[in-house]
Amino acid sequence: MGERGSRNPLLPGGVSRYSRSKMFARRASYKKRKTVAPAAKKPESRFVSKPMRGSKNGTTRNIPVRSTPKMYPTEDVRPKLKNRKINKPTRLRKSIQPGTVLILLANAHRGKRVVFLKQLKSGLLLVTGPYRVNGCPLRRVDQTYVIATQTRVDISKVNIPERVDDSYFRRQTKARKSKAEGEMFEETQTTYKASDERKADQKAVDAAILESVKKTPELLYYLRAKFTLHKGQYPHDMVF
Amino acid sequence: MSSHAVKLYSKGVVLGYKRGLRNQHENTSLIRVQGVNEKKDTDFYMGKRVAYVYRASHKKPAVMKRARKANKVRVIWGKVTRSHGNSGVVRVQFRKNLPGQAIGASVRVMLYPSRV
Repeated sequence: MGERGSRNPLLPGGVSRYSRSKMFARRASYKKRKTVAPAAKKPESRFVSKPMRGSKNGTTRNIPVRSTPKMYPTEDVRPKLKNRKINKPTRLRKSIQPGTVLILLANAHRGKRVVFLKQLKSGLLLVTGPYRVNGCPLRRVDQTYVIATQTRVDISKVNIPERVDDSYFRRQTKARKSKAEGEMFEETQTTYKASDERKADQKAVDAAILESVKKTPELLYYLRAKFTLHKGQYPHDMVF
Repeated sequence: MSSHAVKLYSKGVVLGYKRGLRNQHENTSLIRVQGVNEKKDTDFYMGKRVAYVYRASHKKPAVMKRARKANKVRVIWGKVTRSHGNSGVVRVQFRKNLPGQAIGASVRVMLYPSRV
């Protein structure tokens, strides 16, 4: 292709402007530096010898490295397009900074005001009550289920353990026991029990947070109180 | 710890379906959210989930996997799609169209997905 694209414009009727010999002159590839063709690769052996067992034990047989396909589709199958999707890190709202007090909007801890610690790799937010203040443990929460308030807690001195990441919070699926009679129909609900590791991490993180919380008057009571909408309160009128 | 229950939604009323004078399109419902009286106030509610909560005579059986207890309360979920007119009415599309008896009934406009 020339710098401007094709050297051989297409005329109406699907005819090229220049003939093959003219194109040879136009391309002038005879003037271009010839690259040395790479040395021919040794053709790979198409067969592999494998030892045989059974009645023919000790002998070998040749089997093709690539066996003929078992199935030929009746129609030509178009190869699938490659997935070129790149996952980008979830954007964190500007209003959410480490130490921001967030209001949880859904699920078990709805209405609670919790402290935002950091954004995990999955994009979810790591928050904590602290547990002793409002019963919310170290937890992952989605940005969309959270209102960021303008209240901030200083968590610069808080040391979040390295092991607290997404895999730390993943649900543990019980190993499937072999089905005994009757066991298949019993759906036992095991109540969740926090592991000692979780309790230790919770204590460590919360202790540091509580220290800075206690420095601000009434911040402790603020975190204890739940957020709720009262009569005459409209969220679109509110500044959080 | 303070109150047990918290109200984390705005109350709304179903006004009817999107319609011209003589034809109505039930795939979109019109909701008036309490306290929202101007079009510029509706911006907060765009995309918010809406729940039409109603009771039925039969309990839907409990489903372990979906953490559902046998309950007479049922929900149709929807979301606020856009504003409607100049006075703060909002258009909502529910996963299943609202039944006619919902007209005049209450609806909950949740605070999530939150953009605050």
